Amino acid sequence: MPEDIDRMEDLSATDRERLTQTGLEVGMKNRSGSFFQVDQEIKQVAALEEGIEVLSIQEALAKYGWLEEFSWNLVKKDKDQYTRFVADQPDPRGFVIIARKGSKTVFPLQTCLFLAKTAVQHVHNIIIAEEGAELHLISGCASASYTKTGSHIGVSEFYVGQNARITTTMIHNWGDEISVFPRSAARVEENGVFLSNYVCMQPVRKIQMSPVADLAGKNSVARFSSIVVCTPGSHMDLGSVARLSAEGASAELITRAITTGGTIISRGMIEGKTRYTKGHIECKGLILKDGIIHAIPEIKGDVVDTELSHEAAVGKIAKDEIEYLMSRGLDEDVATSTIIRGFLDVKIAGLPESLQNQIDAAIDSAEKSGF
Amino acid sequence: MLKIEGLQVKIGEREVLRDINLHIKEGETHVLMGPNGSGKTTLLRAIMGFGGLDVTAGHILFKGRDVTRMPIHERAKLGMGMLFQRPPTIAGLKLGKLLAVTSGDRAGMVSEYSRFLHMDTFMDRAINLGFSGGEIKRSEVLQLMVQQPDFVMLDEPESGVDLENISLIGTAIARLLEKDVHIVNRKKSGLVITHTGYILDYLDADYGHVMCDGVFRCHGNPREILRVIKTSGYKECLACQKI
Repeated sequence: MPEDIDRMEDLSATDRERLTQTGLEVGMKNRSGSFFQVDQEIKQVAALEEGIEVLSIQEALAKYGWLEEFSWNLVKKDKDQYTRFVADQPDPRGFVIIARKGSKTVFPLQTCLFLAKTAVQHVHNIIIAEEGAELHLISGCASASYTKTGSHIGVSEFYVGQNARITTTMIHNWGDEISVFPRSAARVEENGVFLSNYVCMQPVRKIQMSPVADLAGKNSVARFSSIVVCTPGSHMDLGSVARLSAEGASAELITRAITTGGTIISRGMIEGKTRYTKGHIECKGLILKDGIIHAIPEIKGDVVDTELSHEAAVGKIAKDEIEYLMSRGLDEDVATSTIIRGFLDVKIAGLPESLQNQIDAAIDSAEKSGF
Repeated sequence: MLKIEGLQVKIGEREVLRDINLHIKEGETHVLMGPNGSGKTTLLRAIMGFGGLDVTAGHILFKGRDVTRMPIHERAKLGMGMLFQRPPTIAGLKLGKLLAVTSGDRAGMVSEYSRFLHMDTFMDRAINLGFSGGEIKRSEVLQLMVQQPDFVMLDEPESGVDLENISLIGTAIARLLEKDVHIVNRKKSGLVITHTGYILDYLDADYGHVMCDGVFRCHGNPREILRVIKTSGYKECLACQKI
């Protein structure tokens, strides 16, 4: 039976393990702060480093009048039915994180959204890195082992100031009857860097998202990386959009997708709106068992001197690669999983080692269960 | 070590190897020569057990066991190893990771071997991705040194390799084949495909075989055969009645 959960430590061992798989440290070790929401109840709000502020969105909007301008600014309320649903809530939930000017966190800040009993969990988050600040987020989203159905709708607005950097790593661990609709957007100012990583190796009924980065400042950078394994019955419609709106801006959208029977739609869109901009989309898909990988890379250049490219490949593991490893003494199953492990091994430049380790651990765990 | 009797191989409907008989004893190194497309690589692939070809007749015996239908990895475990002329690129799979998986109880030797072959800075590189010709061959030899097979097949180890690298690769292969061990005590055997014969400066091969159109045309002293091929090409082999 579902128990009352006030702290992460209150979760059953199984659910603590489910959270750990999303990269969360239940004991807060090596974390600069934490936000923990179960269903619609905020359980923990903590900032452990100077220059970092973590607040519930209600508290933040009451405390800082100026925050109104940042709310529903990058994601429009009427974007779709899900944003309208969140905007219509009289009692909004979610978090605001502010990394003050020049602050640099060594350890990532963790945010945990846990779906236990409620039918729909909704959040509205605002993340701000002021000028020169550096903020690393790890967002673990999971449902309880006993939660069979439900929906999660999350609106997130990221503001990357001048010379600032935000990395956000989201690892999902939902159930096979849970539907998820994140709606995220980022605005990146001059010399700002926004790295967004998404990992989902576990079943989910449906996930649909397409975060947008507007590279509004000169020499700003955005990189979206998605690593997903789609099991039978799962439907993943994953995209990302980068708008190169200022000179010197660049974006990269990287996807590694594996289906073992589910459907993956991998969208990517880069728009070169200004001169001296650069963008590249790379989508690689492996079909291990009959399923669908539909790659839809789009590039649109509006001016001369924008360089845009894309490459997409969908297929099976090459037999000559398996045989090559077998000739070194690996049996066919080990050779196959060794190649798959390599396929998913995307090293993300600029990501703290601890977060890269979390991504690797999520892949390891999927590897152990035979993908 | 290796005995092949009456081997016949087809690729699709095409017969590519006919009536191949070969006996390689413990400690011996044999050389396989022949024009492009004559079936040399196919023979190595058939011995190793690769797919894409059908053994339609004959037997491959390795260490006294019939391995003709045995899966590739079991042949490797029995002691076969192969240096590929053009190995595949495996994106994302690091050379160091593969060596960690294959080294077993020789894990402690990986760093020594990789330094010897100047591959110690390649451990975090994806296998063969962006490697030069010499780097590919050094990676292949390194993998074999870690694997330590008793019978080594080498498919053109010197192709695409500069002179400095040939010396390094040749020295490493000589170690692999225990050329430093007295012939009486030497256990390792090899089968080497070469066009140029440069590699023979390091290996002292015992026997040579010439293959043309899927059959052996000649057996004999490898240096003697190479000398004839260098002066007259393969036409003399094709005209030779001494099969």
